Amino acid sequence: MIVRLRPIALIAVLLLLWQFAVTRNPIHILPTPWGVVRGTGDLLQHGLLLKYVVASLFRVTWGFALAVVVAVPLGLIIGWNRRAEMALNPLIQILRPISPLAWIPIAILWFGVGDLAAIFLIFLGCFFPLLLTAMNAVRGIPAVYINAGRNFGLRPAALVSRVLFPAVVPQLIIGMRITLGVGWLVVVAAEMIAVSSGLGFLIVDARNAGNRYDLVVAGMVIIGLIGLLLDIAMRSLQQMKSLRWSYSED
Amino acid sequence: MTKTKLQAEHIHMVFTRDGKTTSVLNDISLTVAEGEFVCLLGPSGCGKSTLLSTMAGFLSPTSGEVTIDGEAVHGPDPRRIFVFQERGVFPWLTVEGNIAFGLFHLTAAERHQRVAHYIKMVGLEGFEKAYPPALSGGMKQRLEVARALAVNPDMLFLDEPFGALDSITRLVMRGELLRIWEAERKTIIFVTHDIDEAVQLADRVVVMSARPATIQQIVNIDIPHPRDISSARYLELRDGIFQQIGLAHKI
Repeated sequence: MIVRLRPIALIAVLLLLWQFAVTRNPIHILPTPWGVVRGTGDLLQHGLLLKYVVASLFRVTWGFALAVVVAVPLGLIIGWNRRAEMALNPLIQILRPISPLAWIPIAILWFGVGDLAAIFLIFLGCFFPLLLTAMNAVRGIPAVYINAGRNFGLRPAALVSRVLFPAVVPQLIIGMRITLGVGWLVVVAAEMIAVSSGLGFLIVDARNAGNRYDLVVAGMVIIGLIGLLLDIAMRSLQQMKSLRWSYSED
Repeated sequence: MTKTKLQAEHIHMVFTRDGKTTSVLNDISLTVAEGEFVCLLGPSGCGKSTLLSTMAGFLSPTSGEVTIDGEAVHGPDPRRIFVFQERGVFPWLTVEGNIAFGLFHLTAAERHQRVAHYIKMVGLEGFEKAYPPALSGGMKQRLEVARALAVNPDMLFLDEPFGALDSITRLVMRGELLRIWEAERKTIIFVTHDIDEAVQLADRVVVMSARPATIQQIVNIDIPHPRDISSARYLELRDGIFQQIGLAHKI
């Protein structure tokens, strides 16, 4: 019980230090924790908080889901097919290091300012990590599982659905967990430029419209908390019994 | 006269890696009768697993041909199941799911009955819903044997199936395999580097040389089961093979 309370105690101490440091300092370099709480209250009262959280989650959900639907099957095929991999790998390796943020001008050019541009950017941010995860996962399947599947007379389609896919699921879930985190990073950046709602927009808007740093920090705290909740949700997937294995256990 | 089950004729296998060619199998010819238990015995890395994979259709020989029931082997087939050296049970399926893996052409009722039968045969009752990571090494190996038997193959290829087990479990597993073989009379080809294991199990022991593998000698084990491993005949046969293997290693 005491062990569980330690992180909470640490946060409480840091908050006190924060409050103390800011009030002692004549130039207000930061809002106080209490100021942030009040700012959050303001946002709640105006109905903005819920609206912005929903807007951000909406974009992440779509961008992430589209990336999963496209990148995972594609990655499985490329990883399985040596020739496809040799043909496509250079292209993938060139596109992969380009930050999704570098695509912002093109996203706005193609989709205008709005949800679609933001979703496109999140899609890009999630696409490459998922593609590589799927490719590596397929390549890492022990040959013994493939051979066993073939031995029992599985046709290619059944081999994919009954051996290939279940064999890569644990790694895919880890990859999805990391990628959802990336998507949540990208949405904030995308919303600062490409749209006029969401938590990212809240942060730029709070600064531009009158240096409301209490709202800026409130937005940051909320982003952090929601990121934590998303990660907990993905982690609970990893705990499922039929998925809780790895090759190393043998 | 017993019927011929498998015939390997002049099997050569040459691997090329990094421009270097290695001859692994050199002119192997072997005939296995239906219902026979044959052990391929040889030093580690001699190519006996390669020979087994070739017989099972996972590898194509560089030259020569394997025929089973008179038909040339061109790939793996559910009528003959390979039990892998590494544990080949699927960790994402339960014990039941693994045994039912090859039974997709049966009705649910038949499948259920078949699974229950083999769970009982290999002594995994009570573990039906368990996943392989929760099983011991011996249990996983028994599960793999059960999965192989469940599709009612007429041949089994076993590639050092008990190699990773502790010596007590290994002895128990040998007994169980013999019991199953005597009950079902499958043709079994069993790869091992353990001379005692070969002499305890096989009707015939095929002694192979170091790479490139050739057949050095085929020893008939004319002791009825259950075998007394302290009998004079057992020791005589075992020591004979020891000498054979020793010759292959003569410096």
